[in-house]
Amino acid sequence: MLFKKRQPQLAAAEPVSGSQAALSADPAADFPRRLYADPGLPDRVFRAVLRSGGGLVLAVMLLVGGFLLYRAWLALDRAGWSFLTTAEWAPDANRFGIAAVLVGTILIASVAVCVAVPLATGAALYISEYAPPRLRQSLISVVDLMAAVPSVVYGLWGVFFLQDKVLPTARWISTYFSWIPVFDVAGADPNDPLASASIYTSSTFIAGLVVGMMIAPIICSIMREVFSQAPAGEREGAYALGATRWGMIRSVVLPFGKGGMIGGTMLGLGRALGETIAVFMIISLTFDIQWHVLQSGTSSVSSLIALRYGEASEFGMSALMAAGFALFVMTLIVNFAASSIVARSRSGAASDA
Amino acid sequence: MTVAPEAPGARQAPTRPRTTLPGPPLTADPGGERRRALTSLRDTDVYAMVGAAAAALSLTWLLFGWLLPFNGVVGFVVMAYGFFLLLYALLVSFDEDGPAVVDRIAAAVVRSMGLLMVAILAIVVVYALVEGRKALVHLNFFTQDMELAGPLEPLSVGGALHAAAGTLIMIVIALVITVPLGLICAVFLNEVPGPFARFVRTIVEAMTALPSIVAGLFIYATAILGLGLDQSGFAASLALSVMMLPIIIRAADVVIRLVPGTLREASYAMGTSRWRTAWHVVLPTCRSGLTTSVILGTARGIGETSPVLLTAGFTSELNLDPLHGPMVSLPLATFEFVKSPEPTMISRGFGTASLLMALVLLLFVAARILGGRGPGQLTRRQEHRRVLASRRDARRFAARAGRVAPATGAPAAAATSADPTGAKPSASPTPFRSAPGSSS
Repeated sequence: MLFKKRQPQLAAAEPVSGSQAALSADPAADFPRRLYADPGLPDRVFRAVLRSGGGLVLAVMLLVGGFLLYRAWLALDRAGWSFLTTAEWAPDANRFGIAAVLVGTILIASVAVCVAVPLATGAALYISEYAPPRLRQSLISVVDLMAAVPSVVYGLWGVFFLQDKVLPTARWISTYFSWIPVFDVAGADPNDPLASASIYTSSTFIAGLVVGMMIAPIICSIMREVFSQAPAGEREGAYALGATRWGMIRSVVLPFGKGGMIGGTMLGLGRALGETIAVFMIISLTFDIQWHVLQSGTSSVSSLIALRYGEASEFGMSALMAAGFALFVMTLIVNFAASSIVARSRSGAASDA
Repeated sequence: MTVAPEAPGARQAPTRPRTTLPGPPLTADPGGERRRALTSLRDTDVYAMVGAAAAALSLTWLLFGWLLPFNGVVGFVVMAYGFFLLLYALLVSFDEDGPAVVDRIAAAVVRSMGLLMVAILAIVVVYALVEGRKALVHLNFFTQDMELAGPLEPLSVGGALHAAAGTLIMIVIALVITVPLGLICAVFLNEVPGPFARFVRTIVEAMTALPSIVAGLFIYATAILGLGLDQSGFAASLALSVMMLPIIIRAADVVIRLVPGTLREASYAMGTSRWRTAWHVVLPTCRSGLTTSVILGTARGIGETSPVLLTAGFTSELNLDPLHGPMVSLPLATFEFVKSPEPTMISRGFGTASLLMALVLLLFVAARILGGRGPGQLTRRQEHRRVLASRRDARRFAARAGRVAPATGAPAAAATSADPTGAKPSASPTPFRSAPGSSS
């Protein structure tokens, strides 16, 4: 829009001569000049190509949601609201719902966020505040690389490496903290030294740990970016008033980066909700609502889809599409909120240094 | 700030006045003053840290090994870390006051989180490589597919060639779709601003977190169930495209937004049309950033399993035809290998995962080498080339000015090297940096 005004000389010939003709007709009248420049054919083609490219992308993106809803409508129509409250998956017997898988998904994502947020905050603060400048760039690369490691590699690591190492800890937590309902494990006997540890495998806790490590770099890179934008003047002001480094961080950097921290966490949450393969490799799917975080067996929407898509009948497919649509809507809401928070924290919070 | 004392060995110009450069000091303490050490690390800090670490390790070992019924590596590390923080706080509090103790503890926690992040990455990567070494040492792993290798065959038969070929085919098709479309869309978001572009940007940003399985499900529902396509490499690359497209667009959008507005306005002020500005000024200026964004999108796409799982089917044979028959990719092959209880198959899975990791690492290093520079920042070679082109332009303008109107137009013509009618598009993007006068 700005450039339209700056560009009248291209087509200056006609408007100017036209306005001069008007001036000569009525010299007293001072009317605003039309600030339109004919961009010419190549530019019009260029703009049409750009617009159609943008439109195509938009169409594909909208189609993803629209088509899922269209396909899912058959199942959603038959199940009604019970789709959200049934904890069972037998679409061909007409008893299906996402209560269990939704609870599982949210629990895994919350464990992941609980793991990832302290880790990411610490790492982001280290990179932006503590690390020597020579190390900083390579640390940023390391964090980016960590975000690019394929999820199947994390899954492998979780199943074959982390699980064995974590089991005693899970057992310890369940033994001493079983009075907190979430940490209770049904059927565990802490007094039996020969009890098999398999009751603690494939649990929400382990899946959440692995997913947390996957989303930590995403959260970390957003936080680091926001932290490093904290105004230098306020930092120096805090130091000048005698603050220690941590005092400066607590009174300048963290309040400044609060929006980015929340937004980054929610972006990570969106990723955690949608994570498939690592979760699928670790958990053993159950269709009961499983509140016990440490106990074997949990569920997530994406693993349900990955497990059942092959053997599904047409109606079963529709039910899976409905589950996929629910996941889609959930991540979309989380992500919208996150990106609006991040955008606001970047633009509005700046103060002159 | 400590002001550096006047250096006695400063070079003095012999005849006419010129800039004086401070030379190396002749003595250790020039002017009897000693430079203050600006490092904040003192000996007591080191003692406190080492002492706390040793005490915490031994205390945890005592508790774990002798006194309490605990076991497990993770528990040991967590407990030792907790003890370390407590003991460190205690030791520091002997000679510091409250805020300083808090500062030390916070610094220790933050540093250890940074270390933990790097350690996790190192463990994940190294673990896959170490476990995969059994499969990777056999050369046939890179040259054979799994057609002849049953689950009980030793590692000297069969390999992951089919998966590697499948990954390459899928990612190439996905790139052919996403790169032009993604770049056009990113340029659209920046060059045709307005409510429509804002809406597209919002949708694209929201779609960057599209769960990959939903992308797979979408293609499974449309292309395979709807259009009757086979489960094939092409369907998988469509699913990958749906997933990669928002990622690439968003990254490219950020990069294009960083192009200085002054460059664009300079180009418009010369009377350049929009498409020439986009093609000759905007895109070349952020070429390195665009390359990085495409490569990072590729790295994300290569590693995705779930869209491929739903759309590509599974085969153990080499299939080079993306349109017909199932095709596997490296992550999908990894996933299927480790489902088997056989140790050889699991080794193959780790080998495939290491191959995938190596590919991602390679892409990442390529992205760092090619990109990582801001718009308009040039390598030495680029700068050199630009200076040469600019001199050539200046000579050409001078020659033409000499022919047409001698002695008047030369400086003005040299300044307009961003004119789109200039023969060398590579000379036009940053006219300010390459002005002939500043080239020496």
